[in-house]
Amino acid sequence: MTFSSIVLQFINGLAGTSSLFLVAAGLSLIFGVTRIVNFAHGSFYMLGLYVAYSAIGFFGTTILGFWGGIVAAALVIGVLGAVIEILVLRRIYQAPELFQLLATFAVVLVIKDAALGIWGPEDLLGPRAPGLRDAVTILGGNVPQYDLALIVIGPLVLAALWLLLNRTRFGILIRAATQDREMVAALGVNQKHLFTAVFFLGSLLAGLGGAVQIPREPAQLFLDIAVIADAFVVVVVGGLGSIPGAFLAAFIISVVKAFCIGIGDVTILGFDVSFSKLTLVVEFVIMAIVLVVRPWGLLGRPQGQQRGAGMLSQPLPQIGRRFLLIAGSIVVLLALLPALGDRYLLVLLIDILIFALFAASLHFLIGPAGMVSFGHAAYFGLGAYGAALLLKQAGLPMELALLLAPLVAGAGALLFGWFAVRLSGVYLAMLTLAFAQIVWSIAFQWDAFTGGSNGMVGIWPAEWLSSRTVFFYLTLIVCLGAVAGLWRILYSPFGYAMRAGRDSPLRAEAIGIDVRSVQWFAFAIAGLFAGIAGALFAFSKGSISPDLLGIPRSVDALVMVLLGGVQTLVGPVVGAAIFTWLQDEIARATEYWRAILGLVILLLVIAFPQGIAGFAGRLLARRRSAQS
Amino acid sequence: MLTRRGVLTAAAFSTVLGLGLPALAQSTIKIGEMNSYKVFPAFLDPYKKGWELAVEEVNAAGGVLGKKIEIVSRDDNGTPGDAVRVAEELVSRENVVLLVGTFPSNVGLAVADFAKQKKILFIAAEPLTDKIVWEAGNKYTFRLRASTYMQTAMLVPEAAKLKKKRWAIVYPNYEYGQAATAAFKKLIKEQQPDVEFVVEQAVPLNKIEAGPVVQAIADAKPDAIFSSLFAADLAKFVREGNTRGLFKDMAVFNILGGEPEYLDPLKDETPSGWYVTGYPWDQIKTPEHTKFKDAYMKKYNDYPRLGSIVGYSSVMSAVAAIRKANSTDTEKMVAAMKGLTHSTPFGDITYRALDHQSTMGAYVGRLAQKDGKGVMVDWTYADGAKFLPSDADVKKMRPAD
Repeated sequence: MTFSSIVLQFINGLAGTSSLFLVAAGLSLIFGVTRIVNFAHGSFYMLGLYVAYSAIGFFGTTILGFWGGIVAAALVIGVLGAVIEILVLRRIYQAPELFQLLATFAVVLVIKDAALGIWGPEDLLGPRAPGLRDAVTILGGNVPQYDLALIVIGPLVLAALWLLLNRTRFGILIRAATQDREMVAALGVNQKHLFTAVFFLGSLLAGLGGAVQIPREPAQLFLDIAVIADAFVVVVVGGLGSIPGAFLAAFIISVVKAFCIGIGDVTILGFDVSFSKLTLVVEFVIMAIVLVVRPWGLLGRPQGQQRGAGMLSQPLPQIGRRFLLIAGSIVVLLALLPALGDRYLLVLLIDILIFALFAASLHFLIGPAGMVSFGHAAYFGLGAYGAALLLKQAGLPMELALLLAPLVAGAGALLFGWFAVRLSGVYLAMLTLAFAQIVWSIAFQWDAFTGGSNGMVGIWPAEWLSSRTVFFYLTLIVCLGAVAGLWRILYSPFGYAMRAGRDSPLRAEAIGIDVRSVQWFAFAIAGLFAGIAGALFAFSKGSISPDLLGIPRSVDALVMVLLGGVQTLVGPVVGAAIFTWLQDEIARATEYWRAILGLVILLLVIAFPQGIAGFAGRLLARRRSAQS
Repeated sequence: MLTRRGVLTAAAFSTVLGLGLPALAQSTIKIGEMNSYKVFPAFLDPYKKGWELAVEEVNAAGGVLGKKIEIVSRDDNGTPGDAVRVAEELVSRENVVLLVGTFPSNVGLAVADFAKQKKILFIAAEPLTDKIVWEAGNKYTFRLRASTYMQTAMLVPEAAKLKKKRWAIVYPNYEYGQAATAAFKKLIKEQQPDVEFVVEQAVPLNKIEAGPVVQAIADAKPDAIFSSLFAADLAKFVREGNTRGLFKDMAVFNILGGEPEYLDPLKDETPSGWYVTGYPWDQIKTPEHTKFKDAYMKKYNDYPRLGSIVGYSSVMSAVAAIRKANSTDTEKMVAAMKGLTHSTPFGDITYRALDHQSTMGAYVGRLAQKDGKGVMVDWTYADGAKFLPSDADVKKMRPAD
């Protein structure tokens, strides 16, 4: 790279910084105060673009019309965010941590279909900014004037936010709530108003972040997913709740990306290295490095004490006779189902059983082990890839591949877990996400070995297992056996140690439990069992591709666990069954299946803030106590 | 435990649904269709309109084998796992006689392999991957659209004519973009051994950093650019390149760039002079196309996109196969598909017996602006049959059935 191209790429990086910062700042505020992992933030960004497109079309492409349209879009999205907070999230603040994530996931589905319904399927490229249509020449290269405007807008918003947070009463409340929201409540601050205001502000920033992209990218329906992961990465790298941190992180990520592109393909020590291909995953690599070196992000502080977090989950009840009786009869019923002769029912049940095991393995991690993972698909996918690679590349018989594949996932979990258990809370969750994305990008890129973006086909079960009925029995035995195995572990000495470590790390350490090692092995066990599910999945579909390792797959698993209820053992199984079945039924019934699915989840969320199985469990417990 | 019972009720409910349906199914021929409707709506919304029109026309003309046809359509959610599940549902519960559809390559390949395993005919409508008929080709899978290789090959003669030496390449970083890039490099080198590829940019699909990419290309000082970008990545690249003056006096080749789905959003940003493959729907005056276009516009009050052609033609292929086989038996239909010729809005196409690829072509031309909109000019129809590797090369790549 010449000097001029270094300077120009740096300027490109700065323009990117502003774009990333705007969307991340809002997310950081919302998370800092409400502790909600707001998946809908990317949707607000996407809507910001769409609304700005329409508003500018309405006001006309004058200077006033353009910037008026952008401000109007930001305000509209701010109000929308506040409305969603009031209508949905406010009802479920009492629910266990993370549960709100489920509601925001449903909002994503609804907004996506709503945008499709309102604006249609075609990408909408907005106008260039009036007055800033062209480029200026810097060191012989052309830089769009609008990029220079963005470079100013980002720091301006940063300064405004800094003033708001440090020089106003509202700002003091936000900072106080970020540090310790129980204490703020105890001091008599109206939390409802505070949360709504923060949601308004955060959503407004997301909308603004989208709206200012109007001259740079078309409004399109992919944006929600594309943006949300990046925004989270920026927030976490910068340090949760730290606005200057978010700016710094946005700066680092954007500049590194610009230089990866600028450097392009080079030969290092005789190896061809393509830095442009690295852009696929570079932000996650940065995040992994930052989290390993600085567990609280660049400018973040250790998270405040979460009072009562341990108190929320009751100790697991002993598995009683009645439970075994009911579970046994359900298994018998399931085993009789092939007699009905409906082959598709078996196909659907195979999916449900596999996802039930996948969800149960995630639940093992989130619930009893107390570690949230946003990247659990990595182990599901490693199991599936392990099976495919052992079958195709190593030429093993299918039965052996199925048997050994989970070990691949277990080994992966053992490796990543070693790093992950050194962190806690959302930082841990994001590190698991980073690892999952790194694994995903390797599978995606490594054509010769993993089949690249296409994946691999021809991963069918052995002849004697190829009938759906036989494969159903195999799945039934393996999945139920594995779920039972996971439950058994919970009641073993190891399980008690694990639960002790979650509820009170200090006391657990004091009685001689090596909490970190226990967590590490728990992580590996969860990965191993997810790998069993993944391997079965590969053979049930006959093919694998990188989507098995992707973020949506991890999110699905989280949704299943939360839908069923984190605090019950059967929760994830119930959640997996209902989610898979709902998706199958609704997708067949209507074109706008995503919106309907989202609305159904929203209803379930509001009706059963403990999860469905959690609700049922409470009902039973109440009845039992009434009887006695 | 209530909830477990809930699951069972649910399961029982779907069983009843499933058992109820086949009884009704005897009077029509059911064709199973699946696609990633919610993942790629810009292409697949017109696609759906296309096949709906085809069904209407076929049934108005009395159907096939004396029966009306019925499409059972499913959303495959854009993932191979879901696609295989809905394929199983279509086959085992809906008793469809064959499968059509799919959009992304990985989904297309997974369903193709499913078709091979379950011995059912699959007409892949949209996936462009070369592998589906070559390296991963199988007896039961046929593909309608001109593949990545074919569309790239269609642009190469013009590219070679220009005698440009320094080429920049930009592509979406997944199989389609990689295959287009590889094919382009190979084919242009055959014609012009002294070409240099001065810069290659692999951009993450849908996430191009257009500013840095345009800058990196400008830095390499190429004489010409070959791109396989499409959709939002293309729009961002074009906007940024126009603003930064990258395309001034630059020869740019972009496969798919003339498809209305990706061209129309560009409006007054449309870069004049680019060489593209696409579909100039408003200018094609052949009788087959005019008939199709008029019927489409009458039914939907909207103009057809390329997706409409694909949707319409894939159902027409299925019907032609059933008619030729005079049966809905899979083996007979597969035999009928080999060498099957039928009419489409693009003229007659033939499914080659050699590799199951149809000869449907694409329109090759240049971009221009008219009244603030992008159009294709100086276009010709490139017949797909002329842009395929030699039979010997194909045989080498494709496994025996």
